[in-house]
Amino acid sequence: MIRGLLWILAAILLGGIVHLSSVLAMPQTAKQDAYSRLLPLTPVNKVVALSGPTPDAAIMPFMDPAFAQAVCRYDLTGGMLRLIAPVSQAYTSVTFYTRKSIAYYAINDRAAGRRMIELDLMTPEQHAEVPEEEDVTAADRLIIESPSKVGLIVLRALAPERGLMPMARQALAGATCSIQPVQ
Amino acid sequence: MRLLFGSCFTFLIAAALGLGATWLTLTRGVAFGSLSIGAWTAWPKSGSVDIDPYARAIIARSGELPVGMGDGVTFYAHTDEAGDNLDGRCTFTISGMTPAARYWTVTLYDPEGRLVANTIDRHDFTSEEIVRDSDGRFTITVAPLARPGNWLPTAGVEQFMLVWRLYDTPIGVATRTAKKGPMPAIERKGCS
Repeated sequence: MIRGLLWILAAILLGGIVHLSSVLAMPQTAKQDAYSRLLPLTPVNKVVALSGPTPDAAIMPFMDPAFAQAVCRYDLTGGMLRLIAPVSQAYTSVTFYTRKSIAYYAINDRAAGRRMIELDLMTPEQHAEVPEEEDVTAADRLIIESPSKVGLIVLRALAPERGLMPMARQALAGATCSIQPVQ
Repeated sequence: MRLLFGSCFTFLIAAALGLGATWLTLTRGVAFGSLSIGAWTAWPKSGSVDIDPYARAIIARSGELPVGMGDGVTFYAHTDEAGDNLDGRCTFTISGMTPAARYWTVTLYDPEGRLVANTIDRHDFTSEEIVRDSDGRFTITVAPLARPGNWLPTAGVEQFMLVWRLYDTPIGVATRTAKKGPMPAIERKGCS
């Protein structure tokens, strides 16, 4: 009797371990995460417009159909990345994701405070190489540290009404991302 | 012999329990760090590096990119206020107030996050598109057949979900569960 209970207790404990490890392993084993979906559609270090979701086709689930979206899939191996995005009339945001879809930084047009969102993205190692006075004097230079060498930058521009979608797309068409030497 | 039987039994039960629990939590969602207002639930931390392991697993599996904290916050509803499933053959109204935000959008998806095909190609409303009364209040009618005013068509699908996104908002960043903003109420008005 007691022996049976012990077996059951062991089963529950082991079940807990199986549960936790399968949850933790999921991001490593997922084949259809956002990065994998975007990989064949996006050249590296270039801003590419994404087609909006329709009932028949969507690049990712749960895309907001009111937004024009563009992606820069980055790789910082060759240097830091400079992102320049013009702000649309209504609302524009830029969100940075790791390879595993974790949003580690997001900024919108109001927080950026001007007509252009301008950012330098670099790894912590590259950031350490930036001369310190450069860091201090360039007060308007916004530096973001990427936790990984590769990841995604997603630019979103709102079309407040459906007829304004071409305008939102137009705003994003002016966005660029390019590798720069670290300085 | 008994040892062999016992360990086989233990391993089987453990695998069933463990994987079953994983499947349940990933398909139903979990309560960690969630912010619930009426029928709506948000996981504000999912848009930051503080995302919990369950939300990470859900996002990796679905392939979506969560709205980043600093951009906005996303609320999901699978049922109405009374707990009834959002059945596309029924009529629901969404009305009331929204929390402070520069813009918001409300979108109707199927449970997998796809848009639902319908005759007028309407899947969402933005805060700018919505028709309001003189007090600034609004009512959205979610129904299979055409309605006057703000009609969000369900196309008669068995199950749908509503996603409310608030952009440039203090909700989720500054607020705690105890001090939450008002969210529009979802009410069932009848089924055809």
